[in-house]
Amino acid sequence: MSAPIIQVEKLIKVYGEVQAVRGVSFTVEEGEVFGLLGPNGAGKTSIVEVLEGLRNADGGKVSVCGLNPERAGMAYKQEIGAVLQSTALPEKMRTFEALKLFASFYDRRRDPSDLLNRFGLEEKRNAFYSQLSGGQKQRLALAMALVNDPKVVFLDEPTAGLDPQVRREIYQIIEELRSENKTVLLTTHYIEEAERLCDRVAIIDYGKVIATGTPRELTQGSAGTTRIEVRLARAASDGVLRGLEGVTSCKESEGAYVLHSSSVPRTIVALVKQLESDGNELAGLEIARPSLEDVFLELTGRRLRD
Amino acid sequence: MRNTWILTVERMRLALRSRPFIFFSLVMPLVFEFLYCGLFARIFWPGNPAGVRIMMGPVLAITVMGSFWGLSIQLVMFREMGILRRFRLAPVGAGAMLASSILSNYFLTLPTVVVEFLIAKWVLQMDLWGNLLGVWAMVTLGSITFASLGLIVASVTSTMQTTQAVNNLIWSAFLFLSGATLPLQILPGWLQHFSWYLPATYLVTGFQRSMIAYVGPTQLGPAILALTSCTLIAFVISQQLFRWEPEAKSTTRAKLWALSTIIPFLLIGTWELWHGELHKSTRADFQLMQRMNPPHPPSQPQQDPNR
Repeated sequence: MSAPIIQVEKLIKVYGEVQAVRGVSFTVEEGEVFGLLGPNGAGKTSIVEVLEGLRNADGGKVSVCGLNPERAGMAYKQEIGAVLQSTALPEKMRTFEALKLFASFYDRRRDPSDLLNRFGLEEKRNAFYSQLSGGQKQRLALAMALVNDPKVVFLDEPTAGLDPQVRREIYQIIEELRSENKTVLLTTHYIEEAERLCDRVAIIDYGKVIATGTPRELTQGSAGTTRIEVRLARAASDGVLRGLEGVTSCKESEGAYVLHSSSVPRTIVALVKQLESDGNELAGLEIARPSLEDVFLELTGRRLRD
Repeated sequence: MRNTWILTVERMRLALRSRPFIFFSLVMPLVFEFLYCGLFARIFWPGNPAGVRIMMGPVLAITVMGSFWGLSIQLVMFREMGILRRFRLAPVGAGAMLASSILSNYFLTLPTVVVEFLIAKWVLQMDLWGNLLGVWAMVTLGSITFASLGLIVASVTSTMQTTQAVNNLIWSAFLFLSGATLPLQILPGWLQHFSWYLPATYLVTGFQRSMIAYVGPTQLGPAILALTSCTLIAFVISQQLFRWEPEAKSTTRAKLWALSTIIPFLLIGTWELWHGELHKSTRADFQLMQRMNPPHPPSQPQQDPNR
């Protein structure tokens, strides 16, 4: 078996007094779509920027395509493509011109016209960067990340701030990258993005990896329980819901009680009986298989967007 | 080299699409030309077409010195907006980024200078062309030097506001203490001494010598030496201090390095004040201007032998 294309070992990144990344380790295999999932400020961007060669690590080892991003210089840049959290170009640069310009820097390059077609920017070929919408700018950023036909693509929050339709378009592009056997490392704080796109996910919190695995492994490992979200007319007294039959955990979050149950029917029956005896009423009930959000909640006691 | 050339062409393209660039690089210099050569020349040298030629020195110097403003502002803006970060992901080095801004600025300055000469000759009735080889040497060196100085400012400032404040301070000294707006000889003695430590003085003097005394590059030795050494030092230092990231702060050490750009001018300024020929020549040129004598005919000993 070949060595992982991305290897991160005990990575540390410090900004002044703040330790943003605290001994992070993971590996990514060639052709894999790997996600770093975590709330804002968890350290995801710092990790990616070290891998992109934009920042130097303060500790640990990093290797991408067998190269050290800090030392390999221009040779390393030939191998990677990246979309930054926010890409900016000169306002008066035209769309096609930007692709052609960036393609000209590389030894191996794709036809800018093909990329323009593929990313649906043909109509905007001669438009200035300042005239593009947010979605078009992000598609251009993605196209620019692929001008050198890179082995590894880094996508830092590729859909942040975009409307749902543009987000779906970007998902489609990332799925195409997977079918082309590109290695993709993406950061996100959207659960659906990680679940839909990633072969494997590392959940990051406060600069540490708190769980790694496929989305299925992580959710199944979530105590093998089903998530039941209950909203009540009146607040339940402390510990009542936790004591219901089949309930393995209970947390209050945003006015709702999130229960994890190993036996949904028994828990529901017990819940209804309990409410009757308390004179309380059910205002809402939602049953869902565990998601990565539940995994994060279970591991940290907080929601991803908190 | 390839990336430098690619970026140079792109930067020229972008500049030509920018209205502020067109205004500050073409319109403003022409306004100065009409003010100096069209108005002041007629006031101070009435009826003498040599007045236009005498005033062309400061006009050319102000045109070329404009590089100082444009490049520093553009670099800081690109850094603040995160544009430099995107270029950093590509196989492009700091040297190519800096060299391309200097080269594109130079190539864009040349047409303005040509237009200024054509207007001076055909609209404002300038009597003679001056030493065009000397003028070209000063345009080339001056444009590169002042662009490099702008890049030095950009390497130590972090925000647009700071850059503008620093630029204003330096620009005022360049404009008012170099002979570009007021003849050096009418300044108090101590200010005249100070002016020989400014790069702008060598540029203005170089242009005036080429226009008034017909001297060519070989006779502009001190000016060329001062500007060349400054360019080399400024380019190397700005490359070392180059910052791609918007949040990267300039260190005190970096600021001290940036200050070392003035070393050539400290040395050459001191030399000029004690032994310099350039100093004496400018005094002679000023006396010539005051007498409003007809310009030196080409057979005068001050003519550049290469011409």
